[in-house]
Amino acid sequence: MKIRDRATFATSAIRSQPVRSTLTALGIGVGIAAVVLLLSLGAGLQRFVLNEFTQFGTNLLSVTPGRKTTFGMSGAMINAVRPLSLEDADAIAALPQVERVCPVVMGNVAVEGGGHTRRVMATCVGASMPDVWRFSVASGRFLPAGEERRARPLAVLGDKLWRELYGERSPLGEVVRVGGDRYRVIGVMEPKGQFLGVDLDDAIYVPVARGLELFDREGLMEVDVTFRAGASSDAVTAAVRRTLVARHGDDDCTITAQQQMLDVLGSVLSVLTFAVAALGGISLLVGGVGILTIMTIALGERTGEIGLLRALGATRAQVRWLFLGEAAALSVIGGVAGLALGGGAAFLLHVLVPALPVAVTPWHALLAVGVSLAIGLGAGVLPAVRAARLDPIEALRAE
Amino acid sequence: MIELHQVSRRFEVGGQVVHALREVDLVVARGDYVSLMGPSGSGKSTLLNVLGLLDRPSSGRYLFDGEDVTALDDDQQALVRRVRIGFVFQSFQLVPRLTTEQNVALPLVLAEVPLAERRERTAAQLQAFGLADRGHHLPDQLSGGQRQRAAIARATITRPDLLLADEPTGNLDKHTGDDVVQALEKLHDDGLTLIVVTHDQALGARAVRRLRMDDGRLEEGAA
Ligand SMILES: Nc1ncnc2c1ncn2[C@@H]1O[C@H](COP(=O)(O)OP(=O)(O)O)[C@@H](O)[C@H]1O
Ligand SMILES: [Mg+2]
Repeated sequence: MKIRDRATFATSAIRSQPVRSTLTALGIGVGIAAVVLLLSLGAGLQRFVLNEFTQFGTNLLSVTPGRKTTFGMSGAMINAVRPLSLEDADAIAALPQVERVCPVVMGNVAVEGGGHTRRVMATCVGASMPDVWRFSVASGRFLPAGEERRARPLAVLGDKLWRELYGERSPLGEVVRVGGDRYRVIGVMEPKGQFLGVDLDDAIYVPVARGLELFDREGLMEVDVTFRAGASSDAVTAAVRRTLVARHGDDDCTITAQQQMLDVLGSVLSVLTFAVAALGGISLLVGGVGILTIMTIALGERTGEIGLLRALGATRAQVRWLFLGEAAALSVIGGVAGLALGGGAAFLLHVLVPALPVAVTPWHALLAVGVSLAIGLGAGVLPAVRAARLDPIEALRAE
Repeated sequence: MIELHQVSRRFEVGGQVVHALREVDLVVARGDYVSLMGPSGSGKSTLLNVLGLLDRPSSGRYLFDGEDVTALDDDQQALVRRVRIGFVFQSFQLVPRLTTEQNVALPLVLAEVPLAERRERTAAQLQAFGLADRGHHLPDQLSGGQRQRAAIARATITRPDLLLADEPTGNLDKHTGDDVVQALEKLHDDGLTLIVVTHDQALGARAVRRLRMDDGRLEEGAA
C-alpha cells in the first residue's frame, strides 16, 4: 500500500470520529505546547540571565569584606570584620595577573542641581570604573586617576540623573550639592540600564575617598578586580586571597569570581529547564496513553473491517502499518497543534513582557514533531500488533 | 481449478472438538456455477473460508490451479486472495467511512495499482454495476441492493478467477435479491467461477451444479 493511500485511510478514520480524535490529539497537543513553551522560556531566561551578568565581562571578580559561609549569606553580620581598605585595593592591583581594580562604596544621597533635588545612588568608585564595569562616558570625562587619597570634589552624572536635573542642557562645569558638599560636574555617563534592580543611570559617580567620608565608613564595600584574558579565574582568586590573608592575618574576605557565579547560575537554570521539560514529558506520557486507549477501542470497533481487509488480500504487515499510521497521524496532528499553541503562548508572553526574551527555535518545531511522531508510533505498536495478529475468520465473524 | 482431497477442519471449543468439515472431496472446474446449501452450522461458511484461503484445513490437500496452496505462508496466501479470489458476504462488509468509490477501489489500493489506472477501473466497475452516480456516497446512503452490488464490484475489480459468495441475498428482500443474483450470473456468463452459499431454494436451483452440506459432509445433487 502506498504512503498516500495509507494517509488517506488514516485521515478518513480520524475524521470519522471528530470529537474523539480531537480530544485524543489534544492530549498530545497540550503536552507538546507545555514543553515548547517551557523550553523556549527556559532558553530565553537563560539568555536573559547570562546577558545580565556577562555585560561586565567574565574576567572579573569582586572582593567583599566578611566571610560568606554559603552563597549569599554573610558572616559579617556575626563577626567583627577588619575593613577592606584602599591599601588592600592597591596591594591587589600590584598582582601580576591583575589588570585593574575598582574600589566601591555606595549609598543613597540627595543631589541638588539645576534647580532640582533628586535622591539617587551615590556610586563612589576609582578612576578605573569605566574599564572594569565596561561603562563609558558619553560627554566630558570620567574621574581623574591618581587622586584616590586626596580627591577633589568632582562628579560624573548618570544619564537619567542628568536629564532629570538639567533636561537636555549640558551639565559640564555646573556645580551640584551632594550631602551638603559642592561637586563640579565633569562628565555624563552613557545609558547602561539596570543591574539586578539597581538603576546605573539614576546615579552620581564620585571619587571613592569622598564616599568614605560622605558615608562615614571605615572601609570599602567592595573591590572589583579585572584580570588579564587567559589567566584562570581560580588562580587569580587564590592570588588575591593570599595577598589579603598576608595583610589581614586572617582569611576574612569573600572573593566571588564572575565565572563561578555564571557556572552556578547556569547549572541552576539547566536543572530548572530540565525539571520543567520533565513535567511536560509527563503530560506527553499521559497523551501517549490516551492514544493507546483510543487505538485499542478502535481495534475493537473495527475488527470486522480488519477481517474484510485480510479477505481482500491485505497482509498482516499492511494491517499493522494502517494502525501504526493512524496512531502516528493522530499524535503528529496533536504535536503540530501543540507547537502552534506553545509557540503562540510564548509569543504572547514576549509581547506582554518584552524584557523576557522567549525564543521558539526551528529546533523546537523539529522536537515537537519528532517527539509526537515517536509517541504516536510507540503508543500505536501494541494495538497495531494485535490488529495484525487477528485471525481473519474470527475478525469477520465478529460482525 | 479447485481440488479438495480429504479436507477436514476441526475446531476446539472449550475442550470439545467440533468437526466443521469431514473429509471433503471436491473438484470444481473453471467457469463452474455451484450452489452450496444445507442447514445452519453444517460447515458451509467453513468450506468457503478454506476455499478462499482465509482458513487452513486441519488435514487434507487443497490444489488451486494445480498448486498446493495449503503449503503457502500467510503473505503468499494474501497475495492469492488479492488477485485471484473475490469474496462477497451476507453483511456486505463495506467500510462505513469510505465512499462507494473508495470501497470498490480497496483491492487496487492494497495492490498498489497506479492512481490513474485505479480511477479508470473503478469508474468502469461502478458503471457496470449501475452505481455510476453513487461513487461519492457513503455506504449508509445506499440501499441494501446497491450495497451488495458495490461489494460485488469490489470483489471482482481485480478480475479474479473465483468468486465466493456467502449468503449474498440473506439480508435482502426478494426483489433486490434477484438484482444481486442477476449481477452474479452475469459475471458467471463472462467466465467467472462462482460458488454461492444460500438458504434460498430458488436461488440454489438456478446454479448449474448443486451441492449440499450436512454436518460437515458434502453431497452432490439437488435438494
Ligand atoms: N472459528 C470457529 N471456532 C469454533 N467453531 C467454529 C468456528 N467456525 C465455525 N465453527 C463451528 O463449525 C461449525 C460449522 O460452522 P459454519 O461453517 O459457520 O456453518 P454454516 O455456515 O453452514 O452455518 C459450527 O458448528 C460452528 O459452530
Ligand atoms: Mg454460514
